[in-house]
Formats: sequence, structure tokens, C-alpha cells
Amino acid sequence: MTAIPSDSAITVAGLCKSFGEQTVLDGLDLDVQQGTVFSLLGPNGAGKTTVVRILSTLIPADAGQMQVAGHDLVQEPDAVRAAIGVTGQFSAVDGLLTGAENLGLMADLHHLGRAAGRRRVAELLERFDLVEAASKPVSSYSGGMRRRLDLAMTLVARPRLIFLDEPTTALDPRSRHGMWALIRELVAEGVTVFLTTQYLDEADELADRIAVLDHGRIVAEGTATALKRRIPGGHVRLQFANPHSLDAAADALESTTPDEETLSLQIPADGSVASLRALLDRLDRAQVEPVELSIHTPDLDDVFFAVTGHSSANQDSTDQRGTDPSEAAEVANR
Amino acid sequence: MSTLAYSLTDSATMLRRQLKHILRYPSMTLMLLGMPIIFLLLFVYVFGGQLGAGLPGNGGGRGDYVNYLVPGILLLTVGMAVNGTAVSVAMDMTEGIVDRFRTMAIARVSVLTGHVLGSLIQAVASLIVVLGIALAIGYRPTAGPLAWLASLGVLVLFSFALIWLAVALGLTAKSVETASNTPLPLTLLPMLGSGFVPTDSMPAGLRQFAEYQPFTPVADTLRGLLSGTPVGGSVIAALAWSLGIALVSYLWAKRLYNRRYTR
Repeated sequence: MTAIPSDSAITVAGLCKSFGEQTVLDGLDLDVQQGTVFSLLGPNGAGKTTVVRILSTLIPADAGQMQVAGHDLVQEPDAVRAAIGVTGQFSAVDGLLTGAENLGLMADLHHLGRAAGRRRVAELLERFDLVEAASKPVSSYSGGMRRRLDLAMTLVARPRLIFLDEPTTALDPRSRHGMWALIRELVAEGVTVFLTTQYLDEADELADRIAVLDHGRIVAEGTATALKRRIPGGHVRLQFANPHSLDAAADALESTTPDEETLSLQIPADGSVASLRALLDRLDRAQVEPVELSIHTPDLDDVFFAVTGHSSANQDSTDQRGTDPSEAAEVANR
Repeated sequence: MSTLAYSLTDSATMLRRQLKHILRYPSMTLMLLGMPIIFLLLFVYVFGGQLGAGLPGNGGGRGDYVNYLVPGILLLTVGMAVNGTAVSVAMDMTEGIVDRFRTMAIARVSVLTGHVLGSLIQAVASLIVVLGIALAIGYRPTAGPLAWLASLGVLVLFSFALIWLAVALGLTAKSVETASNTPLPLTLLPMLGSGFVPTDSMPAGLRQFAEYQPFTPVADTLRGLLSGTPVGGSVIAALAWSLGIALVSYLWAKRLYNRRYTR
């Protein structure tokens, strides 16, 4: 076993993967510290799932050095498997079995022993709010219940490192917040979480570090705050009743370009109370009253635009390769 | 525990899962069991009088035809049962659960051995039901205990071979629908051999095919064992076919299972 810094749960250097002609991962470097939540952020088709499938030993990489949970991914795949838990994007539950049987199956496959296995199953059913549904077949579960069961199955053997591939995609807002709460509990217990998501708010909510994946490369990496500082997408939008008040407001707020057609102004702002108060004070002093005010926080599209120069929407088209490499390198330069 | 012990435990766990599947989805078993029973009744009561008269030798009636037909029906039962294997393997592959198994430190092949052992139990249970009905409608085998044991051995070995073949077919299928169709020739082959009528009565080209396809020596061996007549060279051919199909299918299935994950 190669010696690695003991505080890294995952280290990846130069990971490459192609499917036929299509390059999916193009020299990926990652370092995930133990006991933290690391989020890989990117739109559909960016290669997030491929990263998870490689790091969880499902598919081989074409090139790269990878250590997961202290073991070399290529040399000791079974040691890696014994240390990790994986909850994939598509629910990995057995629809013909009941919830309790699914968990029991995991306990058996982890050789927990009959009594210990039963205790663990009961514990997880309780914790994931599945006690009532425990003896019903999983095919009758709702989407949120399936995801909870899926995560519970991943946790049967208490892995210290878990991969969550888009754990809240297609969940309703309530289930989504429930899932976030469960993930936070895990982190509080010291579990390392490798999370992929296409939602900036999810990464923001959960992750200690965020890496933005685009065309198989990390184009930006840092804490949520650091990333957002780079993103100029936050602004306040003011709507006015007539061109007169629009002009008055434009004068009062200086250096803004009023949109005559929609009678609105966009003012860059970080969305803090202080900046809002200052803005409204200036409008008060000029005696203009907007009819509507809305605050826009940066979303994934803004992040993408800021770090790649293109929007996240057309990831699937291959003609997006035109991103200026020097620009990408600049933002990636942490 | 050693690796072998773990691999046995994991296979047993997967077998339990498979048996639960079979119990939870009884309509599948009933459908697979229904066809050989219908064929048995159809061939005995509708065609049996006529076909019995055409049997070589002194030519008998319905009763003689039952005795001729049952080995063929037993093979049809196996052919149908493995249809279920292909479908359940394909169903498993379309669900995420197999991906989960692959990321766990368990004996990799245990997923497949669970299917094979589960199907084998299902096939033997189906054979017992079909045989029970055959006995009820006048099947009179003359086999002694040893010959019965040998017959069971031949049936289990042949089922084992076809089940591995069905596992491979289930793995190649892109969808569950395809998986339910690809093993259909296995239900036709007993008829295109000595299963339902002696091959002598067939036209030349078909007769040659019928004489050299795997179901024929197995049917002949069973017929010989159960009716207490000499089995001759067919037993060697039956064993060779069974072992050959099992080995090739096992290697094919294993390769397919591992190859699924190159992308």
C-alpha cells in the first residue's frame, strides 16, 4: 500500500475516462479530507456519476492514481469496497422484498450475524422513519421512502466513507430537506461524504468544499463562500411604474443601465440586509418608490457562466469545447 | 471465516433472496408450470390415441403414449422453468440493486449462483408437480429406486446446464421483454427431438437435426431409465451435452456479468 496523508479519505490524480470516442473525464484531481462533505457540482452529463462509479469500483478508470479510504483503487478493490457505502442515482433497492428484508439482506451480506443484524435493521428503520412501512414490499414505497431506504441500506455496516450520487434529484421539497437532515447527522458522526449534485443550494447547504465539474475537468474548487464571491450573478431587481421614476432611480443609484422596455433596474448586490437598506435609503432620498423589488441569488447557471463562460444548459452538445482554456485555467487556479 | 466460507454464505443469502422473489411472484411460477401441464393433457387426451397407435413395435393406445410422452414433457417443464431464470436475471440487471452488490465486498458470482440455485429448486419442484399429474392420468414407469435416482440426477444436471444458459441469455438481453423471448427455443426443442414422437417418423433433414440435438439423448436416457429398458449410448451423450452446456454457459455468463461494467 502506498503511503498517503492520513487525513485524506479520497485522493485522485490525473483521472481519465473515455467511452469510445467520447472523453468523459479529462485529468481529474481531487482531495477529500476525512470527516468532511465534498460536493462535486455539475449539470447532467458533466461526468459526476462516472466519477462515483469509478471511485466506488464499479467501472475501471483509463488512467490516474486513486486512493480511496486508504487503499489503492486498482490494487485493493475489495478493501475499498469493505470501507465504503454507495447510494447511487437510481434506487438500488429490491422491489420485491420488504423494507426490513432489504436491510436484512445487507446485514447478511456484511456478515453481521443474526442478532446484531436484527438490532441494526431495527435501529435503521427507526432512524429513517420506516418502521410502519417495514413489512410492506418496497414496490409500494413513495420516491422519498425509497431514497431513505436506499441510504439506510448503505449505512448497515457503518461505512466511514459514503458516496451519494444526486441523493435528492426528483424528490419533493419536504423529502429533500429530510434527506439533508439525515446527511448532516452522518457528518456529525464523523462520516466522510462524497456528494454529487446539480443543485448549488444543496452543495451550499451541505458541503465543506465544492468542486465544479465541467467537461471532465474541475474548473473551480473551494468553499461555498469562496465560490460565490467569484460569482457576479447576485443582484437586486427593481420594477417601476413609469419611465419617470425609472430615470429618477437610475440617477439616484448612479452608473446603472435602466431597461426602458420593462421599466426595471438591475443592481449588483450580495443580498445582505445592510446592502438592501443602503439601496432603499438612496431611493427614499430621491423620493422614488419601486413597485416591486426582488433579490436574485446566484444559481448553478451563474456559477457556470462565471467559471466556464457558458451556461450549464447545453452541456450535452459537443460544440461547447470552445471555452477559452486560459480563462478556465485562471479560475481553476486556486 | 475463509474466502470460500464467505462465498458460500453469500450464495446462501442470495438464494434466500431468490426464493423470496419466487414466493412473492407466484403468477410467474404458475405460468411456467401451466404450459407443460396443458401440453401433457392436450397430447394425452386429444392426440394420444392416434399417436399411441403410431408408436413403433406393436403400436399401442393412449396408455402407451403416456409412457412415451412423459420424459418429453419433463424436459419441456425444464425448458419453461429456465425461461423464468432469464426473466428474473434480466429484471435484476435493470434494477440498481446489482450495482449495489458490486460495490460491496461480497463474492461477486454469488448474485448469479443465487439465481441458479433458486431456479434449480423451482425446476425440481415443477418437475415433481408435473410428474404427479402424469402419474394421476395413467403414467406407469417401471423404474426401480436406483433408476429413479439416476433419472433425477440426469434431470437435475440437465436443468443446471439450461439454467446457466438462461442466466447468460438473461444477461445478454437489453430488456426484460427480450429476456422472456430468447429462451423460447428451449421449449420448442423437446418437440423437435424424441420428446413427443420417435424421430424415425420425421422427414430426413429434420430427423438428422432431431437425432443430434441435446434434448434427444436426454429424453431417450430418461425414457430408458424410467421404463426399465437399456439406455445404450444415449446416457453418455446426455451427460456430455449437459456438462458441455453447463461449462460453456457458465463461462459465458461470468464474462457477460463482468463485462456489463466496462462503461
